Amino acid sequence: MRQYIVRRLVHMIVTLFAMMTIMFFMFRLLPGDPTMTMISSAMYPKAQEAMRAQFGLDKPLFEQYLIYLKNYSTLNFGYSFHSSRQVAELLGGRIVNTLVLILPSMIVAYAIGAFVGALLGWFRGGRFETSIVFVATALQAAPVFWLGMLAILLFSINLGWFPPGHLVTPGMFPEQNLGMYLSADFLHHLALPFIVHTAYQVCFPLLLMRSSMLATIGEDFVEFARIKGLREHNILFGHAARNSLLPVATTVPMILSWALAGSVVIETVFSWPGLGLLMIEGVQRSDFPVVQAAFFLIAVLTILGTFTADLLYGLLDPRIVYD
Amino acid sequence: MNWLRHFVSAVHQTRAGRISFYIVLACVVLAVVGPWIAPYGPFERIYDANERLVRLSPPTSEFWLGTTIYGRDVFSQMLWGTRPAMIVGFATAFGVVAIGVNVGLIAGYYGGRVDSLMMRITDIFLGLPFLPFIIVVLAITGRSTTTIIVAMTLIMWRSAARVIRAQVLSIKQAPFVAAARTTGGGDFSIIYREIAPNIMPIALVNVAFSLAWAIITEASIGFLGYGDPKATSWGTIIHDAYASQMMYQAPWWVIPPGIAIMILVSAVYFLGRAYEHVVNPRLAGQ
Repeated sequence: MRQYIVRRLVHMIVTLFAMMTIMFFMFRLLPGDPTMTMISSAMYPKAQEAMRAQFGLDKPLFEQYLIYLKNYSTLNFGYSFHSSRQVAELLGGRIVNTLVLILPSMIVAYAIGAFVGALLGWFRGGRFETSIVFVATALQAAPVFWLGMLAILLFSINLGWFPPGHLVTPGMFPEQNLGMYLSADFLHHLALPFIVHTAYQVCFPLLLMRSSMLATIGEDFVEFARIKGLREHNILFGHAARNSLLPVATTVPMILSWALAGSVVIETVFSWPGLGLLMIEGVQRSDFPVVQAAFFLIAVLTILGTFTADLLYGLLDPRIVYD
Repeated sequence: MNWLRHFVSAVHQTRAGRISFYIVLACVVLAVVGPWIAPYGPFERIYDANERLVRLSPPTSEFWLGTTIYGRDVFSQMLWGTRPAMIVGFATAFGVVAIGVNVGLIAGYYGGRVDSLMMRITDIFLGLPFLPFIIVVLAITGRSTTTIIVAMTLIMWRSAARVIRAQVLSIKQAPFVAAARTTGGGDFSIIYREIAPNIMPIALVNVAFSLAWAIITEASIGFLGYGDPKATSWGTIIHDAYASQMMYQAPWWVIPPGIAIMILVSAVYFLGRAYEHVVNPRLAGQ
């Protein structure tokens, strides 16, 4: 077990290192001189030079790469070209906004999805099951940004129940602090993107849990539980659903990383100032340090998520042996 | 063409499969003939008898789905938009599976160090954030239909490779592979003559699911403003509506492309599932 963890940790570091190398050279290939957003061509050439030197852009590419690796390993993400603020400072607030939207939504989606999926698999056949499967497939097939627009059209514009976007009412909170995240105004703004994202994300675990249940029901231990005379809901939740959960649980890290990377679209529709929106703005402004750091954070979250999930499977399914 | 016949007859076994097959077929036909039957061009500005731009007209008998703020016919744009969706979707799906099949075959067959190396590379790609990666690639290479296909293929092959490799690992143990080896078959012939035909069904299932994803992704890219500027796609129609801030005043502009995507992608999902049930006996009865 310990050996397994050590080996996985080494793999994680190698993966991260390779990814950072790809990222570095990819961003350097972006068109447009990034310094132009910071350095005005009206400046004296001497001043331009000085500015370039300040950002380290006068050094050879390989040397820049080494500096970049050194800085990232100490979590120093540098300064934004656009706002000349520290990237770490910019990211801090943004990542909280993304996680506050995505994480609770994913938890609720998996809980509802697994529960409804288990019921569908257990009480199979009939119109109800067919229509749920159909609706879930259709919902999953719809682009999530379009679902968001429809929700805004219906619930914000026509019914006026929710604000159509943004984190809070502009100007209400001068500072992003805990008080803001606990305020009714924030929750009111969160509601619509949360509902849309959850409704979209619920489909995958639901459909997967249903087919997993259908496979489990045929197994001997379910038959055995029945022979023992256990009550139906006991067999359903205590035995069948519990064992069907594993394949659903294995998808959590993958789907979570998809959701984090996919936050780009949902945040755009709802003008939600999260990591995804920051990344899009960064690309548009050729603001390498910001995009790079946002990329890096999502990658780290993905890798950590996969690692944790792999360890958790051992708890869920004792048949798994780490070697 | 044998596999195509098998695929068609397999998906015809269920009603959902049959309907889905004809929906996808209809979209392929529209992708071919759409631009010819569209009453207006995708970027054509329409003027009325008084030489005034027909802006934001609700659906009428002349403009079935209304017009945009730029005076363009939404129905025509929808017809024009089918082609990019299908071209990008199919090209990406086949590209993804072609890479996935080869990586999966080689990694699964040779095992050991080759396998570890290839799976490490796959892991690296699995760590890259999906949409942001595509957008950065498009920002580097410029926006065109080709670059969109390349960018999507570059990141989407990773899941196909894993699935195919797992399948190869189990097929490798089959007696016919050992038989081929004892009769003196080389690695190359065992991989491509013995194992490859047996993973075709699972590869085809992967084509279907990749196609569904590619269509949604193409629309997302278009929506974010990174679509091919020379072509109108369903995603760019939504983007135009969003960017002009008129989407909530003109629902006829933004609803049709979403519905088209939803119907087509659902059909592709159902098609993939119907075929999967036939080729994977473990799923029988579900």
